[in-house]
Amino acid sequence: MVDLKALRAEMDKRYQVGEISEQRADLAFLDCDKIDVPDAVAYLRDHEGYVHLSFITCVDRLEDELFEIVYMLRNHEKKHDLGVKTKIDRKNPVMDSMHNHWAAVATYQRELYEMFGIDFPGSPGVNRPFALESWAGPPPMRRDFDTKKYSEETYFPRPGRETHDPAEHMKKTQYPGRADL
Amino acid sequence: MTKMPDREKFPVHTGGVENFDLESGRYMKVWQGPQHPGVTGNMALELVTSGDEIVDLKTHVGYLHRGFEKLMERRKWIQNFPLVCRICVPEPDFNEYLYASATEELSGIEIPERAVWMRNLNLEMARLASFLMWLGGQAGAFGMGTIGQWTVTMRDFILDRFEELSGGRIYHMYIVPGGVRGDVPDGWISKLLDTLKKVEKVMDDIELVLFNNAVFKKRAMGLGVITPDMVDFYGITGPNARAAGIKRDIRKDRPYLVYDKLDFEVITGDSLGVDSDAFGRTKLRSAEIRQSIDLIRQMIDRMPRGPVHVSPPNVLHWKIPAGETYLSAECTRGEYGYYIVSDGSDKPRRVYVRGPSYTHAVALFEHMAPGTNIADIAGLMVSLHTYPPEIER
Repeated sequence: MVDLKALRAEMDKRYQVGEISEQRADLAFLDCDKIDVPDAVAYLRDHEGYVHLSFITCVDRLEDELFEIVYMLRNHEKKHDLGVKTKIDRKNPVMDSMHNHWAAVATYQRELYEMFGIDFPGSPGVNRPFALESWAGPPPMRRDFDTKKYSEETYFPRPGRETHDPAEHMKKTQYPGRADL
Repeated sequence: MTKMPDREKFPVHTGGVENFDLESGRYMKVWQGPQHPGVTGNMALELVTSGDEIVDLKTHVGYLHRGFEKLMERRKWIQNFPLVCRICVPEPDFNEYLYASATEELSGIEIPERAVWMRNLNLEMARLASFLMWLGGQAGAFGMGTIGQWTVTMRDFILDRFEELSGGRIYHMYIVPGGVRGDVPDGWISKLLDTLKKVEKVMDDIELVLFNNAVFKKRAMGLGVITPDMVDFYGITGPNARAAGIKRDIRKDRPYLVYDKLDFEVITGDSLGVDSDAFGRTKLRSAEIRQSIDLIRQMIDRMPRGPVHVSPPNVLHWKIPAGETYLSAECTRGEYGYYIVSDGSDKPRRVYVRGPSYTHAVALFEHMAPGTNIADIAGLMVSLHTYPPEIER
């Protein structure tokens, strides 16, 4: 069992942290200031036993003009997961890189750069394409990316193909001259 | 005694080289994949070789990107159910279970006890099928295609049972919100027990043939060593970590479904007395196949009777209260997880799928490959049990 109040108090002494919220007995989320995230995560790893990084991802809070980055950490001994969340400006999405903390962080940051357009200066190969080689459009995982509009503008229908209304087409081709249908 | 190649004429590689001078003729770039029988799934390996030795590897993904996470944001909660299982071919049930369980947690739905047992039976059958497919791949990577044919046949028998249970061979869409889609058909349990017997018999043969094979021993022993101190830094989970002697298994550490009611021990490399190399990992996974069979038998014996489904709210107008959760389960490759954010509407705000191969196939594999012979790279890759759709989703 993890004493969340004590954990938050311990973090509050060192870093600018917000509220800690408990989702389940083995899962909690901690808000943290953007500036303090790399140090706070390193502290959690080295002193609180959160040695395993499950993932890094981003939630687009379009209505608040914010990106919410989530670092999911796992404590094997206390059997507890802690999601460290931080909010960054959506118009200028830059976040401090943590590629020295865990080996996989550089890959996660590469994906966030590609899918959300969040820059991590100094992260190795962050601007190298990950899953979307030769992608020219805007970052596709953003909420305001309109998939339908993009595909209509980018991919044109093959010439010679036309679209019919199924009912009308059947009448015309299968039952020509039948007025009662 | 084979004559070792003269390594004097090749440059000594000490690591940390970013750009290799390909014009010098000392290095050669080789692409393995995306269409290559030795690569699991659609993934490409950009190899820089010096002689027949790998000096650098870069993993390229993107050949299988179908944008599941984006698609899910535009569909209602229930419309995502036929979608999530398609993320992973060998073990679609983990996607179904984690997505269903996370939505049930957020919307406060309790499911009947028999449904919990049925879900667990499903997951363990998926693990068994996935392990069998993997074992064939591992043997095939070292030139023993026959074993692949045996294991794929055995996997097919399990798929038959899945088909009888759910109607689908690969994608089952069996675990739905509120429980599972139906109870077992008449006579299905005895068929399943017969299948398990068949699998056990073939496993006896495989273990005899594979683990006593001189070629397999010589090539797999010492290949791709994972030391215990690498486990946390590289985020290694599942059998890869257990072979290194790290006793971690989500099924035991944080039991979900009914794993706390079943008798099993976490198998580690130390408990089997094997090293943490490709050979040790094969032995460990082969032991986990036996364990899966045992767990399925235990579940069949102890499964209670009762309803398997409760009616969820009208799924067409199903709104889930705002909140977020992360659920994880132990699949054959390691920690599989779903992070789901709801904003209170009828569609998810964000679904993130955490697959164990994300770290195994990129950061870990790129670290382990240098120094390996080019002939062994497929064997090394399969021994990590990488699976590309988890990386790009």
